[in-house]
Amino acid sequence: MLRYVIKRLIGIIPILFFVSIFIFLFVHLIPGDPARLVAGQDATLQDVEVVRQELGLNQPIHIQYFNFISGIFQGDVGSSIKTGRPVFDEIASRFMPTFWLTFWSMIWAVMVGLLIGVISATKRNKWQDYLGMFGAVSGISMPSFWMGLLLIQVFAVQLGWLPVGGLESWQSYILPSITLGSGVAAVVARFSRSSLMDILKDDYIRTGRAKGLNEHKVVWGHGLKNAMIPVVTMTGLQFGFLLGGSIVIETVFSWPGLGRLLIDSVAFRDYPVIQAEMLLFALEFILINLIVDLIYGFLNPQIRYD
Amino acid sequence: MTEKMLEITNLKTYFHGDDGVVKAVDGVTITVNKGETVGVVGESGCGKSVTSLSVMRLLHDTPGEIVDGSITFEGKSLLDLSEKEMRMIRGNEIAMIFQEPMTSLNPVYKIGKQLEEVIKLHLHYDKKEARNHAVNMLKLVGLPRAEDVVNEYPHQLSGGMRQRVMIAMAMACNPKLLIADEPTTALDVTIQAQILDLMRKLRDESERSIMLITHDLGVVAEMCDRVVVMYAGEVVEEADVLSIFENPKHPYTKGLLGSVPKLGQDLEKLDSIPGNVPTPANMPKGCKFAPRCEFAMDVCWKKDPSLLATNGNHTCRCWLYQDQEKILEV
Repeated sequence: MLRYVIKRLIGIIPILFFVSIFIFLFVHLIPGDPARLVAGQDATLQDVEVVRQELGLNQPIHIQYFNFISGIFQGDVGSSIKTGRPVFDEIASRFMPTFWLTFWSMIWAVMVGLLIGVISATKRNKWQDYLGMFGAVSGISMPSFWMGLLLIQVFAVQLGWLPVGGLESWQSYILPSITLGSGVAAVVARFSRSSLMDILKDDYIRTGRAKGLNEHKVVWGHGLKNAMIPVVTMTGLQFGFLLGGSIVIETVFSWPGLGRLLIDSVAFRDYPVIQAEMLLFALEFILINLIVDLIYGFLNPQIRYD
Repeated sequence: MTEKMLEITNLKTYFHGDDGVVKAVDGVTITVNKGETVGVVGESGCGKSVTSLSVMRLLHDTPGEIVDGSITFEGKSLLDLSEKEMRMIRGNEIAMIFQEPMTSLNPVYKIGKQLEEVIKLHLHYDKKEARNHAVNMLKLVGLPRAEDVVNEYPHQLSGGMRQRVMIAMAMACNPKLLIADEPTTALDVTIQAQILDLMRKLRDESERSIMLITHDLGVVAEMCDRVVVMYAGEVVEEADVLSIFENPKHPYTKGLLGSVPKLGQDLEKLDSIPGNVPTPANMPKGCKFAPRCEFAMDVCWKKDPSLLATNGNHTCRCWLYQDQEKILEV
């Protein structure tokens, strides 16, 4: 098991290497000239050229890439073109707000989604199922910006119970995490419903009932653990997506997170920040995948890590 | 007077499907006396498994429903019990062994946990007592290294071992009635013999009743005291095991016996019963076996015969053995 984890961690290096090439190329393909943006609209061509040299953007692209990679190995991911601050600091200050927002959103979304999924699966084609799946379809279909604006309108503007946006206290988390989690809860509900419905047809479920176990123990004890694998896969993926910072929700709620940092950086063609942030997303996804694989082993003893 | 353990009377279990009602079990009457092993024999789809699931009231998640009849266990009417009272009986007084040992154990829990679950539930043992009992049960069913097996997962065991675990689980609370639904069908022939030996041993050690559902007449000959032959949801013949093998009455039973190879017999080809079990959609109006029966008469196509005693306890549902007058009436 430990050997497996180490092997997987070492495997991350080549993956990140290839990912870095793609990120670098795509970032440089974004139309627009950062030198022009830094120098200002009124700057002369010569001024722009000077800025370009300062930023090292006049060098051939493979040299630029080499500088970027060697910087990473020296623990220096460069400085933001826009603010001049080290990219590391820029990202670090934005990471935690996004992480906690994602964390709390996932917590409630998975719990509520599972509950709805299990109830729907056990009350198949009854009103509880229809209600649950109506909620799930609504959760998936509602655009998050619209839901966010609606929540702000009702709970922040009209009722005045919760802050409109920004991050000041724990109350600031409530509306954005509802908005962010509702889609996840809906997907978890649908996945767990269909997965559990399949599992409940299995022979060992009948064995459980033949033992005299009550339905509660049959479903939660024997059914759910077997039904969790697709749910865990999906939850891991969602977690990865959300950790990247939801651009729409962070914009709607003026959230000081990675999503808004990315939007600002792209607008300013802030190459070092964009590259570092993309690389961070890739790393997050790889690590989450590893964690998901480890959870599989816990859920299903037939999975061996050799 | 023999004591009746289980009495199924005129049981009707119907399935409500998209194509209408399927009468999986249609008026079945079976009695299992104390200490007796009754074999229920028939082709796939004749309603034997549905009968056993009806006894356990385990038709959950199926469109099946018991629409008529009664099931009495030790004088208690099972169909009148609440679900909670029924749970006290399942796994405790009536236990069941299923056909599929490979899939009947939960793959994500250790054997010990799955055994202890039923022991704690019905015998109210604490954790340590339950573990000891589980190990003893595994030893009883002849599993080697029982102390290790409790800490293993189902996928680490072979099919025969898993069926032994299932039997241990079924026997754990010392049930008065054991329903075994094709317990050996999915196993190798050598393992089959071992499992049958084990079941016989467990039966002989106590006054346990067994309802053995099978399509294998060899198993019936080895295990059973009495045999009930089912066809298309009905009982077509019932007799003690010797009478069935020596003097079968119903053409279907004769056909079943004729399709079994016998030692020392030099045959080019085994007999077979032509045709298939009728589908619910084109169930014959008269005798359900008429389309496949070589003795079918006019009357067979018109009216379903009733189950009549031919001599003593040997009953048969066939016009060949009914009153001449009654035939003329039809």
